[in-house]
Amino acid sequence: MGEPRPLGKGLGEPAVTINGKALVGQTGQSILELALANGIEIPNLCYDARLSPSGSCRLCVVDVEGEEGPVCACTLQIQPGMVVRTETEELRAIRKTVLELLFYEHRGACTTCDENGNCKLQRYAYEYQLSDDVFEPPAGQEQRENYTTGNEALEYDTGKCIRCGRCIRICEEVQADSALTFKGRAASVEVTTAFDIALNDSTCELCGQCISSCPTGALYERAAKGKGQCKDLVRTRTTCPYCGVGCQIDLNVNPKTERIIRVTSEVGCIPNNGNLCVKGRFGMDFIASDKRLTEPLIKRNGKFEKATWEEAIKFVAERLKCIRSEFGADSIAGLSSAKCTNEDNYVFQKFIRACVGTNNVDHCARLCHASTVVGLARAFGSGAMTNSIDELKKAGCIFVIGSNTTEAHPVIGLYIKEAVMKNGAELIVADPRAIDLARFARLHIAQAPGTDVALINAMMNVIIAEELHDKSFIKERTEDFEKLEAIVKGFTPEKAEGITTIPADKIRAAARLYAKAKTASIIYSMGITQHTTGTDNVLSLANLAMLTGNVGAESTGVNPLRGQNNVQGACDLGALPDVYPGYQSVEDSQIQAKFESAWGEKLSCRTGLTVVEMMHAIEEEKIKALYVMGENPALSDPNLNRTRRALQTVDFLAVQDIFLSETAEYADVVLPSTCFAEKDGTFTNTERRVQRVRKAVAPPGQARSDWEIICEVATKMGYPMAYGRADKIMDEIATVTPIYGGMSFERIDSVGLQWPCPDKKHPGTRFLHEGTFKRGKGKFHPVEFVAADELPDEDYPFVLTTGRQLYQFHTGTMTRKSAVINQVSPTGYVEIHPDDAERLEISSGENVEVITRRGKVTTPARVTSSIEKGWLFIPFHFRECPANMLTNDALDPTAKIPEFKVCAAAVHLVRSS
Amino acid sequence: MDLSKEGPLSLEPLDKILASMPNAGFSELIPILQKIQEAYGYLPPSVMMAASSRMGIAASRIYGVATFYEQFHLEPHGRHTIKCCRGTACHVKGGRDIIRAIRRILGVQEGETTEDMRFTFETVACLGTCFLGPVMMVNNDYYGHLAPNKVRDIIERYG
Repeated sequence: MGEPRPLGKGLGEPAVTINGKALVGQTGQSILELALANGIEIPNLCYDARLSPSGSCRLCVVDVEGEEGPVCACTLQIQPGMVVRTETEELRAIRKTVLELLFYEHRGACTTCDENGNCKLQRYAYEYQLSDDVFEPPAGQEQRENYTTGNEALEYDTGKCIRCGRCIRICEEVQADSALTFKGRAASVEVTTAFDIALNDSTCELCGQCISSCPTGALYERAAKGKGQCKDLVRTRTTCPYCGVGCQIDLNVNPKTERIIRVTSEVGCIPNNGNLCVKGRFGMDFIASDKRLTEPLIKRNGKFEKATWEEAIKFVAERLKCIRSEFGADSIAGLSSAKCTNEDNYVFQKFIRACVGTNNVDHCARLCHASTVVGLARAFGSGAMTNSIDELKKAGCIFVIGSNTTEAHPVIGLYIKEAVMKNGAELIVADPRAIDLARFARLHIAQAPGTDVALINAMMNVIIAEELHDKSFIKERTEDFEKLEAIVKGFTPEKAEGITTIPADKIRAAARLYAKAKTASIIYSMGITQHTTGTDNVLSLANLAMLTGNVGAESTGVNPLRGQNNVQGACDLGALPDVYPGYQSVEDSQIQAKFESAWGEKLSCRTGLTVVEMMHAIEEEKIKALYVMGENPALSDPNLNRTRRALQTVDFLAVQDIFLSETAEYADVVLPSTCFAEKDGTFTNTERRVQRVRKAVAPPGQARSDWEIICEVATKMGYPMAYGRADKIMDEIATVTPIYGGMSFERIDSVGLQWPCPDKKHPGTRFLHEGTFKRGKGKFHPVEFVAADELPDEDYPFVLTTGRQLYQFHTGTMTRKSAVINQVSPTGYVEIHPDDAERLEISSGENVEVITRRGKVTTPARVTSSIEKGWLFIPFHFRECPANMLTNDALDPTAKIPEFKVCAAAVHLVRSS
Repeated sequence: MDLSKEGPLSLEPLDKILASMPNAGFSELIPILQKIQEAYGYLPPSVMMAASSRMGIAASRIYGVATFYEQFHLEPHGRHTIKCCRGTACHVKGGRDIIRAIRRILGVQEGETTEDMRFTFETVACLGTCFLGPVMMVNNDYYGHLAPNKVRDIIERYG
């Protein structure tokens, strides 16, 4: 420890006096930020910590010694020795005048305004005791038709707008959508879209960030209007149930109606800093949907009949016991759920393993990141995102490959945009489609679907040839470099051009950009994993990162973005056929012994079946019973005709869900469960952060939480399970799962904790593999290029690839209940290049039939040059045109992930007769 | 604004303008809009949308600038623009009668365009030529010391 430094002498820590109080700030901080950080309130309306200051509302005026007149605290940066006063008679008088002027244009209808209780303007009006006459309705401020008229998501009340511009700035600076602007001048200024077009026709993505920044009631969620004023709403902090980003959301509940009125998020929260996407803000209608399951159902004579819980539990337990005794425990399989909590998943896999007695447990991670879990574990020793989300902001280079980040993980998309726009990061986007991120990229390279290994090998060829690789990192921290070198030596960019269709020079440019950056971070997702070569793709990316020393340090790494809210947690907690919680092998006898003693039951040492294998095993009559918790294979699995046949054939199918999903329709018994808003627990987000899920509303009807139902079935089957509360489950998890050893509800209460966290004092881990890899040395795996399982031919001349879109999630069970989302994303489509469309005489909006060897789908065409010639793209969310009728269920040999991303297809116009 | 009401417009003039100002960005937006207006007579939304995508400037920002300045018109404009001064000096000298005369002759109100697209009639706060009052401008020509009975003659000079 050195000598204590006098205040403000250190670089970056200017000392400032505010209202006689000595404070230490940081260089670059504004007076307002320093004051707010120290609990000194300076009135402000146009300030939002997420935005650059604009100084437009003139309320935060303060006196600074040496300055001539009052200055804006939000735009003036602090300097050492500054002496600031925030409350003088004169300043108060100025603020009062500013407020009165604002009210001449603002309809002060606080009594009927939803923002009542949360509105800053209202609060200051009281604090500064404005005279009553400013609340007279101003002339010409009645609600007029504007850009939000008819929009389901939001509404703009010109009469309540104070023209602070926060909505416009957040749309431009944070969201980079630039949908909004001021139009006109002087008193007629108002917010609108370009040329006043309807919001849904503009570049707006309906994220509602504008609402979150509006300091008054001028912008609000249309559905929330009149449903409860801010002052009466009860906020429950929980974790968003959609993608793996794990945004912290506040469910605002009207305690009188017990309805969720709106979703908000607090600026400053981790990981999303108050930012949300359309699904998080407007996708919660499903919770109170009248389609929710409220009672257990048993199918009798082909029809569902209501049953009591007792009947239903008994029915399930008896059927399972009967099948087990007749065909053995391995004839039963369970699908756990990446939508459910860690506690649900832990209890489910324990039930399958200890009570049923098989390792046949898997979940939809098999369909998204199985290849990540296998590939990264082989290369590094741990199959998860190596770094944290906020580290992206400081990366020198971001290489996004096979991830449509702004649509599938929108809030991580914001961080990438911020890295590029504010911090000058170089962005490389490798994607067959011109995805939105391509706008921000230094380089967009469109590899043909299924040719990633060729691209990455060629990049490595360039890096080695030009000696851009990190020799000391390779020497000290890795093994088998020679094997890699041998394979990529012949893989020139010219050779790769022939396979990927990317010009060789662009491959060189990408290699140089990535290798020369001080810190480079790889982001990938299902464009990499959902291939028969998924594991190879992941290994290639690991090779690339190790080759350049971009692992084990801040803002670097290989970062798979996990799709579901809790797919990370479901994997962590052993909803996989080969590992117990914490990725502990079921084939390791020591570990088996540990779990046998913890769970008090003999366990199987045989690795179980994976998702698609289960379906195929049903065909072979090896699986007789399937227990599905919160999954929808009848829409999410590849080759749906085959999958649905299996669901139809299996002797016994139990489905536990919040809706009567496509899968539940095949079930013999349906058990109604609670959704995330109705239960306590935890989700683990893509950056390994375990976060709380908190109950905000009561479950509908007799719905019960998933782990409670499982416990009752297990108990009925003769394996007593009972926990009482979710936190007790987490306590048990901590005792058997080393990476979760230090987790408890108490510790993660405020900001969550990132695993590995081995003990109660461990602070959690921001990035992995610092100093040494989990497996010791990082291992290079040379990978040869192998083509996709099914390539286009004469009969099926197109390459069909499938994916997601911003507005929908997975099989749409939740998002398609939202009126807002329905308005912008009513149904599916197939994207086709204009040249192909012209040749086949197809125009946008016309129905076409897309056919593969496995099935056909009729869907409207969307003609767009964002897809290359010869390729087709279909989003997989829509039951009326399910992409998975077409997809190939060929599997990656190691990870058993199916090839959703490439198959051969034909397309033609459906002529109306 | 209904973008579909506008007939299809050639983007050739726009492309010429943009070619003459390579690498133009947001800071050159005003001169570019002036040139577009010169070429098309006004700022057609479809042309501005095209300018937005070609220049990489958000359409919303272009619209913000276009609506902020009096000089820009988003609706088709007459071939000739009449600007009549309603400043104090002109007002004292009988400017109101000149405005009335123009209205009567053209059959349109301030801010409107004649049906034959020949004239757009505007009033301005001051033309800065008070010594000529009452005064009006047709395109770039000043007409001072006006009387109501001189207006028709002047207007008829513009076909």
